[in-house]
Amino acid sequence: MVALLVACVFFSLNNEQFLSGGNFSLIIQQVMVVGTLAIGQTLIILTAGIDLSNGAIMAFGGIVMAKLAADGVVPPLVAIALGLLVCAGFGAVNGLLVTAIPLPPFIVTLGMLNVVFALTHIFSGDQTVVNLPAPLTALGGTFAIGDTMVTYGSLLTILLFLIFAYLLSQTAWGRHVYALGNSPEVARLTGIRTGRLTVGVYTVAGLVYGIAALLLVSRTGVGDPQAGQTDNLDSITAVVLGGTSLFGGRGLVVGTLLGALIVGVFRNGLQLMGVPSIYQTLITGVLVILAVTVDQLSRRRIS
Amino acid sequence: MTEPPAVPVMQARGLVKRYGHVTALDGADFDLMPGEVLAVIGDNGAGKTSLIKALTGAVQPDEGEILLGGEPIRFRDPLDARRRGIETVYQDLAVAASLDIASNMFLGREIRRPGPLGTIFRMLDHKRMREESARHMAELKIGLRSLTQPVESLSGGQRQGVAVARAVAWAQHVVVMDEPTAALGVKESGQVLDMIRRVRDRGLPVILISHNMPHVFEIADRIHVQRLGRRVAQLKPGDHEMAEVVAIMTGALRVDASDETVVADQGAARAIGLS
Repeated sequence: MVALLVACVFFSLNNEQFLSGGNFSLIIQQVMVVGTLAIGQTLIILTAGIDLSNGAIMAFGGIVMAKLAADGVVPPLVAIALGLLVCAGFGAVNGLLVTAIPLPPFIVTLGMLNVVFALTHIFSGDQTVVNLPAPLTALGGTFAIGDTMVTYGSLLTILLFLIFAYLLSQTAWGRHVYALGNSPEVARLTGIRTGRLTVGVYTVAGLVYGIAALLLVSRTGVGDPQAGQTDNLDSITAVVLGGTSLFGGRGLVVGTLLGALIVGVFRNGLQLMGVPSIYQTLITGVLVILAVTVDQLSRRRIS
Repeated sequence: MTEPPAVPVMQARGLVKRYGHVTALDGADFDLMPGEVLAVIGDNGAGKTSLIKALTGAVQPDEGEILLGGEPIRFRDPLDARRRGIETVYQDLAVAASLDIASNMFLGREIRRPGPLGTIFRMLDHKRMREESARHMAELKIGLRSLTQPVESLSGGQRQGVAVARAVAWAQHVVVMDEPTAALGVKESGQVLDMIRRVRDRGLPVILISHNMPHVFEIADRIHVQRLGRRVAQLKPGDHEMAEVVAIMTGALRVDASDETVVADQGAARAIGLS
């Protein structure tokens, strides 16, 4: 939070454009896809898991939606629904492999990353899908707040963050996710069906990746098989910057939103300053290590 | 002291549990009377853990029967045993560290808000859970400043207090405590022993598994000595020296049919200071 404010003050001193409503709207648009992916990532990391396959699943979901709709195989809305379903399905497979065999989430999702990446290219024939029907790009539409244009997609992203903040803090399901991340054994002994819960978390995360796919398609206007290749790591960055522990059981989805915004603000601010993009990546990397260091040190002081 | 002519709360007859070649339980009996603290002691490998696991549904015995309030019963799993009113406190402080006290008390048994907020939006009734947690904690005289702090910020004794309070809140018949003081310091152990007394004073019988003889002698009404997969003695702490009980546990002394102790192994008995 402090980092975000400091960064905003710094960039606004450097460039008067930075503080404009239009620029903030742009930042949100730039972070909404990764931000949405990071919601699913937060859920999984809270259970002490990790998901390396989320960017790939999103790319595949996007291609499914775009291709089915553009080819006119099914009506556009059905194509969207099928895309969401496919993403949820991949999430469920991840969850089942993690619980039923069981395998470490890192390995499962690493394998799934490759499988889904390949499927995306096979299914699309390596072609970008263009000429999408209107419903697929509807979320890219804008409305005005004052003289700032806001996309419906940004609104949906914010809404998703609110929904998951509610689910995690106000429902038994949320409490159980934290308990599972603290200790699967404790959760099991208190009567929580940990297997079912884990599969549920991965499936819900998959569905959220599907929504991210729709956001991506609506923002770019095409179905791109190359999309989202570094988004898995970017989403982990957002989660970690947001203060969620990679060991599970600790963290907030609101933190993830802040984490995503911090990355967005830095990239945007540095861009406005004319810093080349490779240095932006460098700074993001340093930022992650710095954030986790501060987090660790402050935690040590408490205990 | 005369035995009260009551029905045992929980009994086991001739429990057998084999793991491959190893016989963990070899015809073990067990009796828990109403309102007592029963300590279960035994050397490593005596079948203590297997006995407790059978009684709490964590393992299914190969032979023998378990009776709850005089009725034969079979537990499918620990959850089944919990539903029948048998709660267990595990030794490694079984609480979810990052959740607050009320969330831990109600973990897996949450209360939802009344009306559509609860039924449609599944919203938890944090206020009511906190109030009820506060009541349970107060009954066991566990002093805590706030019920909203995560349990990881509590001391080991307070954390164990939360686990005990949760067990007591939900147990209808029996509370089982598996080495509840093993991870605690002297002062905190004392607090947990006080808690066990208060649980007994509320009329709930407690099965206490412990290696700590001073604790056992301080709090137990009766001692069940487990050795080589069966119960070899049921004793009252007042009737026996601590060294004697240890001797029975290790096989240096034997208890015969008339409840007299008999030296079974002269060398071993001398080694621990009995003549």
